[in-house]
Amino acid sequence: MIRRKLLHSSSFRLALIYMALFASSALVLLGFLYWSTIIFMTQQTDTTIEADITGLSEQYRQWGVNGVIESIDDRLQRDPESSSVYLLASPTFKPLKGNLSAWPEGDVSSDGWLTFQFEDARVGGRVFFARARRFVLQGGFNLLVGRDTRELIAIQGLLKRAMLWGLVITFGLGLIGGVVMSRSMMKRIEDINQNTRGIIAGNLSQRIPLSGNNDDIDQLANNLNVMLDEIQRLMTGIQQVSDNIAHDLRTPLTRLRNRLESLQQQSFQDNAYNEGVSQCLEDADELLTTFAALLRIARIESGGQQKSFSSVELTELVNDAIELYEALAQDKQISIITKVHEKVTINGDRHLLFQAITNLIDNAIKYTPEKGEILLTLHQQANSAEFIIADSGPGIAIEERDKVLDRFYRSEPSRHLPGSGLGLSLVKAVAQLHKARLLLDDHETDKQHSGLKVSIKF
Amino acid sequence: MKILVIEDDQDVATYLIKGLQEQGHTVDHASNGKDGLLLATTEQYDAMVVDRMLPELDGLSIVKSVRATGKNTPVLFLSALGEVDDRVDGLQAGGDDYLTKPFAFSELLARLDAILRRSQKAPTKTTTLQVADLELNLLTRVAQRSGKTIDLQPREFRLLEYLMNHTGQLVTRTMLLEQVWDYHFDPQTNVIDVHISRLRSKIDKGFEKPLLQTIRGAGYKLDDPS
Repeated sequence: MIRRKLLHSSSFRLALIYMALFASSALVLLGFLYWSTIIFMTQQTDTTIEADITGLSEQYRQWGVNGVIESIDDRLQRDPESSSVYLLASPTFKPLKGNLSAWPEGDVSSDGWLTFQFEDARVGGRVFFARARRFVLQGGFNLLVGRDTRELIAIQGLLKRAMLWGLVITFGLGLIGGVVMSRSMMKRIEDINQNTRGIIAGNLSQRIPLSGNNDDIDQLANNLNVMLDEIQRLMTGIQQVSDNIAHDLRTPLTRLRNRLESLQQQSFQDNAYNEGVSQCLEDADELLTTFAALLRIARIESGGQQKSFSSVELTELVNDAIELYEALAQDKQISIITKVHEKVTINGDRHLLFQAITNLIDNAIKYTPEKGEILLTLHQQANSAEFIIADSGPGIAIEERDKVLDRFYRSEPSRHLPGSGLGLSLVKAVAQLHKARLLLDDHETDKQHSGLKVSIKF
Repeated sequence: MKILVIEDDQDVATYLIKGLQEQGHTVDHASNGKDGLLLATTEQYDAMVVDRMLPELDGLSIVKSVRATGKNTPVLFLSALGEVDDRVDGLQAGGDDYLTKPFAFSELLARLDAILRRSQKAPTKTTTLQVADLELNLLTRVAQRSGKTIDLQPREFRLLEYLMNHTGQLVTRTMLLEQVWDYHFDPQTNVIDVHISRLRSKIDKGFEKPLLQTIRGAGYKLDDPS
């Protein structure tokens, strides 16, 4: 099983490919070495032979044939084991002196070089190849000086063996290295696989362990972990939202059901019956509004609406919203103070922005006590616009500021007031869609008291 | 009035047909796009209620085809697709109004009445609107009741103008937001109520017969009570 896996693992295949690559480069290297050594040696031999011939012909010029014979004798005696081949022969190729018994057969090339076979009596008549040069001395004597190829063959053999061993070692080490490397790689990938299988099986809190050396596999594992964190966060979010939906819709649904139940016991003609039906309709409408708001938030969050973006004059939007809500504020004797910059234009969705602005104004009016004050500011900076609404209401505690943006979350002091708990969630979604920053902060109205300040920075 | 309902959802269709018949309309029903287009082009209707997503042929294509034959039958689109873009698509295809599902029947009826009225009214430019003793001069922008001038804010003037253009008809809050304020949004509180009550105190206060009524759970109606 593990063997099959090993053969199928990508790291092992990679190791094999590398091994083949290394082996062939080693082969090429050694081959080059072999070839250049042979050439070098051959050249070296040729040079030595030439020098020998020059030496011997010098001897001939000074001392005649006897001088040459003496020289050859001297050289052969000095190094009886040498690979040198000498032969001085008469003009009729009769051997006079040398370590060859007869003039070798074989063609002589135009520049005097020839290669021939001979039996070496010194090593029991073994046959060697020799490379030699023929030189004709002035008296018509033939001089043959050469070297047999035993050294060359020995070196050739050595090089061939080195090449063979080199290959064997490369293959062996490569294979072992490949197996070891892919084993450790496989183990780490198998770790990841095992963990992801656990996660698929439902244990979403499981994480992939890191080896700590921050290599590419660690980075992959880390990215997977971050992805899992995000998925877990979203899942928890969805769970919370659906819990909240279930919880928050149960109350009005129960109320509706109770009303219908009590209506069942009344007669049609009753005035209270009509009243009851109207109330039921209102309850149902309220539920539908909540659903519509939820759907709307979901659609905005999915972000598809950016295609309907166009240039929107925020100033006009803010002024329209103030005009729409001023009457509501006046009923509570709340004064709305506005500091609206003349012309603030952004790219966005006009209706959604209006919805967000009115939600904020609506909230401000709802939470500001009678005779309170709402401050509305809209101004343009270099290339951003900021909308700020500050009220003199109870404000929101720091620890609750993130939560109030969640769907259905209602802070304790506001639970008794009408509202769905979706208003700020929608504002948040609209701000996100417009890549704007939504910030909740304290608004200092006086020393003891501070209201809520909401700013959207586009 | 003869109305064609093209709607594939059996429950919604039954609900619509029953409601419209109770209002005294004659109703034809098609449950798929092909039948709907056939009826729409061969028969004569006063108005059509068309669902957008239908089997065989979608609502937008039906209305485009009907308009291509030169028929101007008023069309009210019904759809679960409720974004501004979808609305624009519907109106560009030749729809007269667009209503998102789920809807209240009163809302549908109010909108249907509005488009029926619009198509029947002669396109003559009126310069004054009158309901009972309330008069609105569109040129001088002056409102008077029993000869007494009423001081109106510009938005209140547009609100009253819209209500008087739809005299005797139910007008819903969403219709007012769309038509008078020109925004598609869901107010968290009924801001419209405040504006209506202000308008009411200006036009009805001190007069024997109130003209502006609130229809509970539905909207408002401006009418001559006599």
